[in-house]
Amino acid sequence: MRAEPAVAAAPSRPVVRPLVGLALGAAALMALFLVINAAGMWGYVLPRRAVRVAAMALAGLTIGASTVIFQSITANRILTPGLMGLDRLYVLIQSAATYFLGAAHPWVSDLRTNFFLCAGVMALFAVALQRLFLSGRQTNIYVLLLVGVVAGTLFDSLASFLVVLIDPNEFLIIQSRMFASFNRISVGLLWPAAAAVLAVLAWLAPSFRYLDVLALGRDHAVSLGVNYYRVVRQLLIAVFLLVAVSTALVGPITFLGLIVANVAYELLDTYRRVPLMAAASLGGVIALVGGQLILEHLLVFSVPLPVLINFAGGVLFMYLLFKERSAW
Amino acid sequence: MVKADRIVKRYGTKTVLDGVSVAVEPGRLTSFIGPNGAGKSTLLSIMTRLVPADGGQVWLDGRELGRWDSRELARRISVLRQFNHVPLRLTVRELVAFGRFPHSQGRLTKADEAAVNRALAAMELWDIQHKLLDQLSGGQRQRAFIAMVVAQETDYVFLDEPLNNVDMRHAVQVMKLLRRLVDEEGRAVVVVMHDINLAVHYSDHVVALKEGGVVYDGPARDVMEPATLKDVFDIDVAVGEIQSCRVCVYFADGLGARANGRARDAVDVVVR
Repeated sequence: MRAEPAVAAAPSRPVVRPLVGLALGAAALMALFLVINAAGMWGYVLPRRAVRVAAMALAGLTIGASTVIFQSITANRILTPGLMGLDRLYVLIQSAATYFLGAAHPWVSDLRTNFFLCAGVMALFAVALQRLFLSGRQTNIYVLLLVGVVAGTLFDSLASFLVVLIDPNEFLIIQSRMFASFNRISVGLLWPAAAAVLAVLAWLAPSFRYLDVLALGRDHAVSLGVNYYRVVRQLLIAVFLLVAVSTALVGPITFLGLIVANVAYELLDTYRRVPLMAAASLGGVIALVGGQLILEHLLVFSVPLPVLINFAGGVLFMYLLFKERSAW
Repeated sequence: MVKADRIVKRYGTKTVLDGVSVAVEPGRLTSFIGPNGAGKSTLLSIMTRLVPADGGQVWLDGRELGRWDSRELARRISVLRQFNHVPLRLTVRELVAFGRFPHSQGRLTKADEAAVNRALAAMELWDIQHKLLDQLSGGQRQRAFIAMVVAQETDYVFLDEPLNNVDMRHAVQVMKLLRRLVDEEGRAVVVVMHDINLAVHYSDHVVALKEGGVVYDGPARDVMEPATLKDVFDIDVAVGEIQSCRVCVYFADGLGARANGRARDAVDVVVR
């Protein structure tokens, strides 16, 4: 065929610079969180803050990565794993355990046992959902999503119902768990959670190369030789596990995913999923650590962290939407 | 050879394909024609493993499709479906480069880049290769998707209405390119087409489907008979020759009716 004629150079699509910026921002915020208002009591302040900042980093990373993976699988940029009802299942587990066992029962009061209980039940739910609705020759993730949404609503109603029945004194004890919070992280939980997240990511790493192709949609992915059923199944299980671990660790927080993933798409002018995942993860860390800083030092805990992040994130999101409206 | 053997497909209670057997051979351009809802696209999707069949099998070189390794199969068969929307900010070149995924799993080699360049040049996309897909017209985008499939360099290329949104000049260009894939590289190309004239002119072989069954399966030129076309489309068609090119006219009612009334054979369309 004919020789390649000269053509205008590819437009520069910066990827590295925004990523470095995000990484520096995240690191700076984490450092600030560690040292701000320490009043010289390093021995007391640093270890405690380090645990919390590590939990935030872990949650931010998990949420960013899981949302970008989930959106690649569904070839959609407004769905989040939160749709699958895991957040609500978490709230249901907490209220059911409190109602049936009492707030003093170790399954409720002991953070460590509670963590494993929640993570275990959520993982079971996720696997059951997949077994039931993503088997056979038809791989329609939208059916799975729909079931997830309905199940989530069911969990929500059940939890509201149980909360009404719970003794008000007992409810006060678990109330804080209904919101994501970084004020009750224990070191003992951090390590197993971090190990689980890293193990899942390591298990997934070989499948990362499929993410770009999956984001083209099912038909293109199949045509391009992706074993769709097997790959999607693996990725979905991984997403569920990541969400389950982070929710059990810090509470319901998947709302953050939508915001950080879309901010990542806007900041990085690329379709490549691995840098996008990194950007969304760093964005998650920035949102959580930054939000917590503002919460502790400016607002003095007057609102829960999700309220703050949702508000700020929502405004940012709207701004991006209006700015990029034509591209949708 | 890709062989569909007694394929049955039902959507609910409606049978879309009722025991259809079709063979696609290398070195041949095959067109699937037929009215809307005849099952053309479904057959194409089943033959390319995009949609599972309810009965029957599809064979590639004597091995059933489901028994092939996904990646290996993607180096033999490529497929482009009718509606292609990609919710990503991709440039034309990046899209076309996806066609190399089965070969290199995302890490482009020199050979991959060369294949991408060839596909871009062949589809006249060279000058707009760095444009984003959402900045393109419908026809340009369609050609970009075709280029992706071309870059995949498979023995079998299946395209569902590749000429959607494509203007006359580029429609001819696309058909010529497909012809070249067949003639020069011995590949098998299968297209679902609505434009009978283009289909017949550029194809070697035509399969006509109607209500889930095959009503014609033979040389392209022989399908151009008023009786055959009436059988397939339920519409009166006049067939004639313009500069030794067999064409049919299906939109001028009177012309078609007269043709049918006068004789079963072709009307000569008078051209100066």
